[in-house]
Amino acid sequence: MSTALDARIPGGPIAEKWNRHKFEMKLVNPANKRKHTVLVVGSGLAGASAAASLAELGYQVKCFCFQDSPRRAHSIAAQGGINAAKNYQNDGDSIYRLFYDTVKGGDFRSREANVFRLAETSLNIIDQCVAQGVPFAREYGGLLANRSFGGAQVSRTFYARGQTGQQLLLGAYQALERQVGLGRLRMYPRTEMLDLVVIDGRARGIVVRDLVTGAVASHAADVVVLATGGYGNVFYLSTNAKGSNCTAIWRAYKRGAGFANPCYTQIHPTCIPQSGDHQSKLTLMSESLRNDGRVWVPKKKGDARPPNQIPEAERDYYLERKYPSFGNLSPRDIASRAAKEVCDEGRGVGPGGRGVYLDFADAIKRLGVETIRERYGNLFEMYERITAENPYTVPMRIYPAVHYTMGGLWVDYNLMSTVPGLHVAGEANFSDHGANRLGASALMQGLADGYFVIPYTVGDYIGSAKLERADESHPAFRDAERGVAERTARLLAIDGTRTVDSFHRELGKVMWDYCGMARNEKGLTYALGRIPEIRAEFWTNVDVPGSADELNQALEKAGRVADFLELGELICRDALERRESCGAHFREEYQTPDGEALRDDEHFAHVAVWQYRGEDRTPERLQEPLEFENVHLSQRSYK
Amino acid sequence: MKFILHVWRQAGPKAQGAFSVYEATGISGDMSFLEMMDVVNESLIEHGEQPVAFDHDCREGICGACGMMINGIAHGPMRATATCQLFMRHFEDGDTIYVEPWRARAFPVIKDLVVDRSAFDRVIAAGGYITAATGGARDANNILVAKTDADDAMDAAACIGCGACVAACPNGSASLFAGAKVTHLGVLPQGQAERRQRVLRMIAQMDEEGFGGCTWHGECHEACPKAISLDVISRMNADYLRALWAMRDEKQEQGAG
Repeated sequence: MSTALDARIPGGPIAEKWNRHKFEMKLVNPANKRKHTVLVVGSGLAGASAAASLAELGYQVKCFCFQDSPRRAHSIAAQGGINAAKNYQNDGDSIYRLFYDTVKGGDFRSREANVFRLAETSLNIIDQCVAQGVPFAREYGGLLANRSFGGAQVSRTFYARGQTGQQLLLGAYQALERQVGLGRLRMYPRTEMLDLVVIDGRARGIVVRDLVTGAVASHAADVVVLATGGYGNVFYLSTNAKGSNCTAIWRAYKRGAGFANPCYTQIHPTCIPQSGDHQSKLTLMSESLRNDGRVWVPKKKGDARPPNQIPEAERDYYLERKYPSFGNLSPRDIASRAAKEVCDEGRGVGPGGRGVYLDFADAIKRLGVETIRERYGNLFEMYERITAENPYTVPMRIYPAVHYTMGGLWVDYNLMSTVPGLHVAGEANFSDHGANRLGASALMQGLADGYFVIPYTVGDYIGSAKLERADESHPAFRDAERGVAERTARLLAIDGTRTVDSFHRELGKVMWDYCGMARNEKGLTYALGRIPEIRAEFWTNVDVPGSADELNQALEKAGRVADFLELGELICRDALERRESCGAHFREEYQTPDGEALRDDEHFAHVAVWQYRGEDRTPERLQEPLEFENVHLSQRSYK
Repeated sequence: MKFILHVWRQAGPKAQGAFSVYEATGISGDMSFLEMMDVVNESLIEHGEQPVAFDHDCREGICGACGMMINGIAHGPMRATATCQLFMRHFEDGDTIYVEPWRARAFPVIKDLVVDRSAFDRVIAAGGYITAATGGARDANNILVAKTDADDAMDAAACIGCGACVAACPNGSASLFAGAKVTHLGVLPQGQAERRQRVLRMIAQMDEEGFGGCTWHGECHEACPKAISLDVISRMNADYLRALWAMRDEKQEQGAG
């Protein structure tokens, strides 16, 4: 039996829901706002924009990040751009089209009302960012420039060279620091959240560890906003930053917040292939490169000739061949699977045959080297630095890599989790991308949540809940602090023989092999047996040097990997239970005759939400049914 | 490949630091400098020793977390390259490499190669922004920005806040960092309203943090992983003088001293 979750979607036609809801939400009088404390965990696009906006409104805001500065959150590494339905190019874009593209791109596994709001607020985001001084690319006349991105046939992506995430984050960071300077916001860098405190069924604070001194402390509040990013590092190798982790959302899960669709993990098609076992992370090459680069492999298996000696007739531009209308701009899940398929056939290029070419020769011929340099110069440099090959003369080699997680904590329309008072924003929630995220939509979602949704819905919660004052003297904080200290002590006491990284690598390999681009029942069942074994060995044989009361990076890593070892199991469980293929979740048993994802709308047009039930019990799988009133369910086609 | 590393070890802010010598073996040219440090750390842990603490995060050269003095050069020998993007193929097998933290008065050492760069955040908090509270911004295309201005702004905005400029400067000056922000915001039409107070406040904060003054050595630009141009410092200085002059006029008009 499964219980259905209520997403509290406002009534009325889709285009009016958000406006009507904004009117219906409770307000907090300006003089009362300063009596309420809001904690924002994470300082990426969603966290920094939410923290700055809430502080501007007058709330007492505390913001936490594990990095040494809020400016380093991993949003900074996003390259290609941010979507907005401005229709500045007069090419037929509209809010409705962005909404439609996103629902379809997510393979009909997202919530219509949220996606529509996202498309609606995309317009405000660009205005807001330009007002802050984000140096978006411009045309000679001074107007904003656009480029196109995967999964769309209009040019709606705004960009700042290949550093769009950096510039958007710096905009939000500067707004945040302005509030710090004005004394309205307190920033806690080098501080990691290690537990959520729930009192009388409501989120009332967090317990953190100061990463420099090791001191464990509590912070009480009226609202907690988690904006702690995705959990792609469960695969060990991913395009995430080394510090990106699931600890905050995992602690919240164990305190009662439902975890939605953990198996929706995006494998990005254009990353630099792994060069060896020493590799610590994978580097993305922006999807925008597919605007001008052509993807191909040799037609012949095991063709070892250098690319420039393979004649045109012996090349297979497989994306253009299989998906003529979207071609090289096919969505990420489709492009990744197609790359895996040709490599599995033995036609991959480069060491180990795990790579495909992304070739700019035609674009250079057509547009000239200078134009290509202008568009992608920094990406080409980055590629050359890592591989020692010059992409102006030799085609890039790329291969898919874990990049983004569409799954995350379940939230309702107000971005509130199943724990009242715990809101979740950005990649950390599951909300808008369904089973596959389109390029340039993560930045859009992070900022939509932070600038334009959270400030309203946090006020509504505070305005409607009759909150008793909570402070750090409450015994629930002592209990949580004790739990954190005990766990730390336990990790340090194991004194085994293997390093944290060795466990992380082992887990990552199991995840990649059995829960990566293609999944099947046999493999997932194996992984569900194997992961608890790795976890058991971790807790008896890991070696964490140093002590609890100092800067101890091995200890930080150990805590994060311990959580990944639990989350990995949940991801595999979710992947096993979802007996269909949709978007990035490709179950080999469920495919069309030509190898495309085969959804089962009758049984799986729902969000799977996992509810924690205790250490040794299988979590409960709840459902939020998805209703499609505006976009008709159809087989996704990019042909 | 094999390297002899002399790594600065310092247990805490007040502790006395010293070099320890480690051998890094089994290193491939395709490893980044940080991946080599990972190998060293794994082996230190296996031998029951404390791993070397160093800041790092994105490992793509954009977050600005990493930074080491490598043979006395901030971010090592490759120009316009952050430590995480420096690959071992640029070293000779058997090289001896000295690895130290950023050394500057405003960046106290926390542990080993980790330093406290929060002074940069405070410089930004003092004025490195455009005031634009959320909501109510006008349509983005209502603000025209000449492409050349947008490009200049972007060149300066590329700063990753790593602190190499300060570490490389004999005076420990943060002028390249602050100048980059003053330039980014100052060349855009949106940044004009606060242009004077921005430069005044940021420079005052830099002084308070203990950064030194700029005497045009140019080492900052050489060390900068984004090759930010020295022009941003000229621009900051010009803005500063203009702002001081304007303030003097305003004071005279108000008749106050």
